[in-house]
Amino acid sequence: MKKEDNMNFEEAIKKLEEITTELEKDDLDLDTSVSKFEEGMKISKLCSKMLEDAEKRISVLINTEDGIVEEDFE
Amino acid sequence: MEYNPITVTDLNRYIKNKVDGDEFLNNVLVKGEISNFKHHYTGHMYFTLKDENSLIKCIMFKTYTPNLKFVPRDGMKVMLLGTVSVFERDGVYQIYCKAMQEDGMGNLYTAYEELKNKLEKQGLFDNKYKKPIPKFPKCIGVLTASTGSVIRDIINVSTRRNPNCYIKLLPVPVQGKGAADKIVDAIKIMNKYKLADVIILARGGGSLEDLWPFNEEIVAHAIFESELPVISAVGHETDFTIADFVADLRAPTPSAAAELAVPNIADILLDLNKYNNRLKNSLNKKIELMRLRYEKCIVSRVYKEPLQKINEKYISIDMKVKQMHNIINNRIKDNKAKMIELITKLDTLSPLKTLARGYSLTMDSNGKIINSAKSLKKDDKLILKFKDGDTNVKVI
Repeated sequence: MKKEDNMNFEEAIKKLEEITTELEKDDLDLDTSVSKFEEGMKISKLCSKMLEDAEKRISVLINTEDGIVEEDFE
Repeated sequence: MEYNPITVTDLNRYIKNKVDGDEFLNNVLVKGEISNFKHHYTGHMYFTLKDENSLIKCIMFKTYTPNLKFVPRDGMKVMLLGTVSVFERDGVYQIYCKAMQEDGMGNLYTAYEELKNKLEKQGLFDNKYKKPIPKFPKCIGVLTASTGSVIRDIINVSTRRNPNCYIKLLPVPVQGKGAADKIVDAIKIMNKYKLADVIILARGGGSLEDLWPFNEEIVAHAIFESELPVISAVGHETDFTIADFVADLRAPTPSAAAELAVPNIADILLDLNKYNNRLKNSLNKKIELMRLRYEKCIVSRVYKEPLQKINEKYISIDMKVKQMHNIINNRIKDNKAKMIELITKLDTLSPLKTLARGYSLTMDSNGKIINSAKSLKKDDKLILKFKDGDTNVKVI
C-alpha cells in the first residue's frame, strides 16, 4: 500500500472506501476498530485538504522555441 | 369594345395554380450557392440560391430546419429538395425547401466511410484500447480554438463543477488546412511533457467540411497513441467524427466533455461527509455493542452482591454441620436404647436372681465357680455365696 502522503485523490478515496467497509464489518475487535477509525478520519481529512489546496487556474500553453510556456488565459 | 380585365390577385392565383399543378415543379432537386441567408427569429430560413447567371428565392420552414446536418451560410454550395410555388401576395415564385445538404460532400462522405472502415478493421475503435478517464484529474488539458464559445463553455462548466479546477488550454486551429497537423502536434506535446491528466479535444458544430480535421487519419492515430486519455467533443450531438470513435470517451458536446472530466466538487464533499458519518457510526455502534456486553455482565448477581455467594456457602456449611449433629445424636440415641435392652436381658440372666430364689453358688478360695463335685477333696476351703452374703466352708 502506498503511504498516505503519496496517494492521489482517487487512491485516497478508494482507501477511504475500503477502510469504511472494513470498519462496518462486525468482526473487528475494539482496538483494531479504533485504529481503523483513526486511519479513516485521517484519510478523509487528507481528501478535504487536497480539495482545499487545489487552486483555480486557467492557463494557456504556448509552444515556443524554448519549450512550453504556461501563461494565464486572458 | 368591352374590356374584361382580371385582378392581380386572380392573375397570381392563376399562375399559382398552374405552377402547383406541374408535377416537375412539385419535387425539384436544385443545386446552387446560398446568398442572403437569414435565419429569422421565427425559426424559418430565408435565402436565395444562385449560380453565375441566375437566382431564385428560397424558404425553409422551421419544421424542416432541425433535420439539417449543417449550418447554412452565405457562399455555401448546396443541393436542395423542394417545391416551387408562388407567393401570391408578392407575386413571386420561390422554392419551398424541404431538405438541403452540402454539395460536393459526396466525396467527403465516401472518404469518411472508407477511413472509418479501415481504422475499425485496424482495431483503433476497439473498447479494449480505451483508457479509463481519471475520476479526479488534477489538471485538464483542452485542445481547441482559444476564442469562441467552446473554450468558454468548457471553462464555465468546469469551474461551476469545481471552482478550483486547473485547466490548460493548448490552442489549436479546429478547421481548415493544416488544422489536423496542429492537432496531432498538440496531442504529442501534451503527452511528451505530461501536461495534463486527461485531454479534451473539442470543437463546436459545423459542416462535414468544417469538421474534417477530426476525420483525418493522422489525428485518429495521434489520439490512439496518446497515453493520456482523450475525451472527444466534436460538433453537435448528432455529429460523429472519426476522432469520436478513436477517443477513449466521446462527449456529445464540449460542455458535456467538461462534465465528464471535472468531478462535481459538491458531490465529492457530500461523499466525504458520508464516509465520515459511516466511520463515526460504525465505531459508535461497535462501542455501544461493547458497552451492552459489559453491562450485561455487570448486572449479573455475581457483581452486584459479591458476598451473596459466600453467604450461600456459609448457609450450606451450617446445614451440613446441623446434619452431622443430627446423625451423631441419632446414633447415640440408638446405641443407648440397645444398651438398655442388653442390660435388661443381662439382668434377666443374672445368677443373683437365682440366689434370691434360695440357690447358692460354690466357689473355691479364688472365687472360681465349682460346677462339679468330683474336683473337690477333703479339707478344701470353699466359699458359698447366698443372696445376702458369703460364708466360708470346709469339705468334710
